[in-house]
Amino acid sequence: MEKHYADSQTKGVSTGTTILAVTFDGGVIIGSDSRASIGGEYVSSKTINKLIQLHDQIFCCIAGSLADAQAITKAAKFHLSFHSVQMENPPLVMAAASVLKELCYKNKEELQAGFITAGWDRKKGPQVYVVSLGGMLISQPFTIAGSGSTFIYGYTDAKYKPNMTREECQQFAINALTLAMGRDNVSGGVVHLVVITEKGVEHVVVPGDKLPKFHDE
Amino acid sequence: MALSTVLETPVAGFDFENAARNAALEGLLEKGQAPKPLKTGTTIAGVVFKDGVVLGADTRATSSEVVADKMCAKIHYIAPNIYCCGAGTAADTEKTTDLLSSNLTIFSLNSGRNPRVVMAINILQDMLYRYKGHIGANLILGGVDCTGNHLYTVGPYGSVNKVPYLSMGSGDLAALGILEDRFKSDMQLEEAKDLVRDAIHAGIMCDLGSGNNIDICLTRRKGNTSTVQAQHQF
Repeated sequence: MEKHYADSQTKGVSTGTTILAVTFDGGVIIGSDSRASIGGEYVSSKTINKLIQLHDQIFCCIAGSLADAQAITKAAKFHLSFHSVQMENPPLVMAAASVLKELCYKNKEELQAGFITAGWDRKKGPQVYVVSLGGMLISQPFTIAGSGSTFIYGYTDAKYKPNMTREECQQFAINALTLAMGRDNVSGGVVHLVVITEKGVEHVVVPGDKLPKFHDE
Repeated sequence: MALSTVLETPVAGFDFENAARNAALEGLLEKGQAPKPLKTGTTIAGVVFKDGVVLGADTRATSSEVVADKMCAKIHYIAPNIYCCGAGTAADTEKTTDLLSSNLTIFSLNSGRNPRVVMAINILQDMLYRYKGHIGANLILGGVDCTGNHLYTVGPYGSVNKVPYLSMGSGDLAALGILEDRFKSDMQLEEAKDLVRDAIHAGIMCDLGSGNNIDICLTRRKGNTSTVQAQHQF
């Protein structure tokens, strides 16, 4: 497989991605594209799943090395599950984000993965946290990450409003992801969204031909 | 060092003792490069169909420009209901699949249950991730179990992807062209076998590192697993 591996930052399969999470009135939407690449030039999967369920109402999306991200989320799932059994209560979103942060920070020399954690809990409602490559953890009302996010900072800063409705928020997320996928070569495929509210979790998949078209397409 | 007449069980963990020797050798050799490990230069493919999974592989093993083995077996037995195709370093794919197969057999005997494909994948992923890409094994693992028909790919760094069809190895792009064109979900057995055979055929025709014969392996829900060798007609 050497011919696929050019001079690239990430060894092996990279998710080279666009991921985001946005809170709205009553819930949070977490979304991603679905492309996995090797060496920045070969698309190894058009349908990779980057939205990992850590607990019933907590999801995270992954960026960076696919192998590292899958290993970290496996460990995080276990830790969270054990934590919630001990506490006899569903874990807080903050707890999930902290578990990911611990793993990323303590092993920052070996790992190359970043995460956005989003979910709903009874204490604080819908929340979004981002854990970056080196293990920094911050909470934001909405956040974007991955290689494709650089192209949509302007769009999201201009268009985000606090306390949107679910439909407005869904359209905001789809538009943002579409714009990023349109400009970033390592993001693409379909748009995966997960809508998390007090009631539960809903998956939305928007295939390529149903994505909104912008002026130059 | 034990006597050559006494069998000693190997110490656990990865032994980097030879890394120092290789570095010294590189200094001594003319071109300054250590000899390259044998790679299978392969085309392997897998397809999920209505009643199970079909895996296919070519049978050529190359050592640089020479065909070292014309009838190399690249489809490895893991369990009665799970088989695995391997691309990459020949020794690594062989040993990794052997280890996996032994572990799953012990598990079956201890628990009295048939192994599931996800379990095989988890074991492979843990092991390959632990060795950080030093084990050069690109594997396609397919099988049927009580939860359905599954096809997975595992990369050398430990990334896993679950797919309905896939090809790997140096001939993967040629085979992928055939698969992308003709794959449909829930195909019948003959259609699926033909598709895999044609995909490997494309790999053999368009890749110098693949050739000779095509091995096909079916894992099926109702019948037994059968490994079939198709004589490739030129």
